Amino acid sequence: MATTTAGPTGIPVREEHHPQSFIRKYIFSTDHKIIGIQFLFTTLFFLLVGGLLAVMLRFQLGFPGEALPGGSMLPETMAPGGIILPEFYNSLVTMHGTFMVFFAIMPLLVGVYANYLIPMQIGTHDMAFPTLNMASYWLFLVSGLIMLASFWMVGGASGAGWTQYAPLSATPEASGVYNGQILWCISIAIFGFSSLLGSINYITTVINQRAPGMTWLRLPLVIWALFITAILGLLAVPVLTAAVIMLMFDQTIGTTFFLPTDGGQPLLWQHLFWFFGHPEVYILILPAMGFVSEIISNGSRKPVFGYKSMVFAIMAIAFLGFIVWGHHMFQSGMNPALGMSFMITTLIIAVPSAIKVFNWMATMWGGAIKFTTPMLFAVGFVMLFTIGGLSGIFMASTPVDIYIHDTYFIVAHIHYVLFGGSLFAIFGAIYYWFPKMFGRMINETAGKIHFALTFVLFNLVFFPMHGLGMEGMMRRIYDTSRYTHLAEVQDTNTMITWAALGLFASGLYFMLLFFWSLFRGKPAGVNPWDATTLEWSLPSPPKHGNWEEIPTVYHGPYEYSHPDVEKDWLLQNERPDVVSPAHEVTVRQGEA
Amino acid sequence: MDWSLPLNISTQGVQIDNLFWLIFWLTAIAFVLVEVGVLWFLWRYRAREGHRARYTHGHLGAEIVWTAVPALTMIFLGIYSGRIWAEIRSPDSFPEDALTIDVTAKQFEWNVTYPGADRELGNDDDFTIRNRLEFPANEPIVVRLHSEDVIHSFFIPELRVKQDAVPGMAIPIWFEATEAGEYQIACAELCGNGHYSMRASVIIHEPDAYERWYDEQTGAAQTAAAD
Amino acid sequence: MSNRKSTWLALVAMLAIGCGGDAGDDGADATDEQQADAAPVVDPAVAATISGTVTFTGTAPEPTPIDMSEEPVCADKHSEPPTSPSVKVSDGNLANVFVFVSEGLGDMSFPTSSDAVVLDQNGCLYHPHVLGIQTGQELTIRNSDDVLHNINTRSTDNRPFNISQPQAGMESTRSFNTAEVMIPVGCDVHGWMSAFIGVTGHPYHAVTADDGSFTIEGLPPGEYVIEAWHETLGAQTMSVTVGEAETGAADFTYDENAAYDPVPMTEPLIVSHDGHGAG
Repeated sequence: MATTTAGPTGIPVREEHHPQSFIRKYIFSTDHKIIGIQFLFTTLFFLLVGGLLAVMLRFQLGFPGEALPGGSMLPETMAPGGIILPEFYNSLVTMHGTFMVFFAIMPLLVGVYANYLIPMQIGTHDMAFPTLNMASYWLFLVSGLIMLASFWMVGGASGAGWTQYAPLSATPEASGVYNGQILWCISIAIFGFSSLLGSINYITTVINQRAPGMTWLRLPLVIWALFITAILGLLAVPVLTAAVIMLMFDQTIGTTFFLPTDGGQPLLWQHLFWFFGHPEVYILILPAMGFVSEIISNGSRKPVFGYKSMVFAIMAIAFLGFIVWGHHMFQSGMNPALGMSFMITTLIIAVPSAIKVFNWMATMWGGAIKFTTPMLFAVGFVMLFTIGGLSGIFMASTPVDIYIHDTYFIVAHIHYVLFGGSLFAIFGAIYYWFPKMFGRMINETAGKIHFALTFVLFNLVFFPMHGLGMEGMMRRIYDTSRYTHLAEVQDTNTMITWAALGLFASGLYFMLLFFWSLFRGKPAGVNPWDATTLEWSLPSPPKHGNWEEIPTVYHGPYEYSHPDVEKDWLLQNERPDVVSPAHEVTVRQGEA
Repeated sequence: MDWSLPLNISTQGVQIDNLFWLIFWLTAIAFVLVEVGVLWFLWRYRAREGHRARYTHGHLGAEIVWTAVPALTMIFLGIYSGRIWAEIRSPDSFPEDALTIDVTAKQFEWNVTYPGADRELGNDDDFTIRNRLEFPANEPIVVRLHSEDVIHSFFIPELRVKQDAVPGMAIPIWFEATEAGEYQIACAELCGNGHYSMRASVIIHEPDAYERWYDEQTGAAQTAAAD
Repeated sequence: MSNRKSTWLALVAMLAIGCGGDAGDDGADATDEQQADAAPVVDPAVAATISGTVTFTGTAPEPTPIDMSEEPVCADKHSEPPTSPSVKVSDGNLANVFVFVSEGLGDMSFPTSSDAVVLDQNGCLYHPHVLGIQTGQELTIRNSDDVLHNINTRSTDNRPFNISQPQAGMESTRSFNTAEVMIPVGCDVHGWMSAFIGVTGHPYHAVTADDGSFTIEGLPPGEYVIEAWHETLGAQTMSVTVGEAETGAADFTYDENAAYDPVPMTEPLIVSHDGHGAG
């Protein structure tokens, strides 16, 4: 049975309720929820890959020149006798960054949650282009597998750093990497198309398919963040796609876009890469900020403080994000006058981030805070993202950046933002929406143990890296012992490696908890967190097509502790004047 | 590792270090404010029986304060940093008549070219030394950076100097050491499988010792003895 | 560039068949088997030998000293100050000349020797400085120094490789699929290190010893062109005919004033045209 009903803006929306084959339903699915879950499983796998690479490279730094336990299984071209070779180390560094940025964090934020949440939170049946959505997932999977395959190429996987600075990335003779480097480009080009399809979908869906009453300023902040992120992706990712194709031409058919022979310019790659790369940083943090706003409001049982300034802060970050890319290039040989202007825009972009942190704090102020696992991760995000944001001020200041550029200070900074920030928010989001996705809860005590382990070990791993950076330890070096100024850093590096092993183990613990909960978790109700956004009015898990009847939205997204209502939350499709025990029953009927 | 910056022996390094510690203290205030605030709120506003959260959507005055204070701090930092940046990197700030040395990076070595007896670079009497940079203290030095193959980065921690060497470009930087000593150039930009091993020694002489060394290299010492 | 294109084509082919395997690595194993099948065995009773001496006339250039002070691990291994092994003349005899059969073997193919050829890095110098190897034969690259070396081949007909060995005792094994005379080998960490590998499709090659002598054994009787190759002096050829169980002589002389065929050599990797003093 397929019926057609008028969508909120008069656009016909197809509802499908007929039974589907297993393959159509779970493999080549066009259901946004299934696609979101496909992204979730795939990205968790890539997250594990990225973590494993990190453990291996940390082993070399902690125990330089010693044989990696089990490393003798690796081919002689990577680790003869288990001793990691410098070129393999470079591949580890490169692929750790690549997998984490492109195949774990970004798709976890956008692929998983934009897909899963947008239609439900704005109150529609599915994405505007369900087939494109499916194509987006399959292109993503193919690109990830190609990237993984590059390890098995002669010469190994790319070793030019995730930033792929030319000419090292464009000259196989210089890097010793051949097909692996080309596969990096092919993979990222395909990834770019996948991201583009996703972005078009999210933007169109949010603009056209909001439920009646879902005005722009009633959108949940998650949707605002994902919407602006999709615009960033639409404008920034194609630049990378074009750049990697040019890079591939330099490697293969003899063009010299980025090679100074015959007039190319290595800095052109950096400008293109960072023109993508800096908006990318915000692609990696804005959705996380959205999740955190949602979870902190829920955990504090209070409306988000300063909803409008949160929205404007997201927009300001997105706009400024396009004019700060040069701060990655202060020491690149770019005109110093440009360094000056990029420094000013970069310092200004700290302001909207500060506003958000203060608004989160103010949301907690006067609340009735429940220490749920998602709330702990969200609060962890605020605490750690603050450190990452503050350390960013050091490198924004051009003279200080002269010293700390390309040192472990930068490594500490990026991990406080992307792990302490994005990944903590992702963990929070996984715990928060797991009951909706799979109809089961993750055990709260087990989740809190995961939080405690991750929080403590994360800080043990990454906080000392600020100190290493102050000592002048350069990024991406295989062994510190060749330098007199790094004579004192080995003990710290060894300690960090032990903590990193623990952090990886806590990640494995999470994976086990996740899969155990899929099958053995306590059944979740419709609205286990007593939350307010529309998805919490649907059964857990929601059916294909989400709604029998499109809901009507009466107010903003975070009506917690409304004085006119006895319970301390009010769903967006509930009116405060008609909330009654009877209504309560209809809302919760799917629970049993 | 002792949570400090290494010894500084350059004139520019003083300003860089001062700015580093200024930002450190400013961020330390923000850090304590936020972290203590978050922990305090977590404890103070924990869910309790019979306690209901305050129903509020915001406060314009508070939001203006925490927009304006960071904005003003950032503008101050921007202007202050900009002035120091200009003193170090602006083309106008380069010392005139400074001793100029060419440094050419290639996988995985630093080749240092000195002017010959005519004290001018770019002609036949220039001489090149592999992996050793020698220059006098208390005198501004201009280094012109080149690269033959990929991007490298010229980093001398104790001089607080870092600049990428980019193939196809000649990038000048300048610095002045305040005392003699022996240090290292490190490569700070991933440049291939020998990146971690791409270092060269830096020997800073007292000015008269430098002159002796330089004369030895150029052979001027023998000429002087013959007169 | 041709090499890059072939890499590219191999990759397209690989993607076309939709596998992520090692299609790009037309490895030595296959070559081994084919050659073993088709190999004519040269009867030892009739096998011929070609031997000779390479001499140098004139004043030999002074050996260039190498300053290894930056790498004490290596400098300590040399009791005498190390010098460049490029033009090595003793009593008028020239060492490190690669001598091989360049013509006359026709379409014959020969079994690949199962003995590996060793290229040792010791005291930040390659031992030997010049070596010959047959296609498909294993080359064992060994690091005897407790310091990082990278081994960067600048081959044009074979896939170049650029690998590193950070510790003493490490060994890597590679082989070459195509005959190529010569493949320059260098270490970018220690710019003075250089070696040359001559790859031939047959086992008939030799490198002159310190006394300038060489011997190529086990040849089928026939008429051959023998080529001598020196990295800076150049290449010369000579025709030699050997009958059953005969020993032919092939003596070469390099004169300091004569010009020989220039040695085709891959340019070192220079991406920049900037060089010194620009700007």
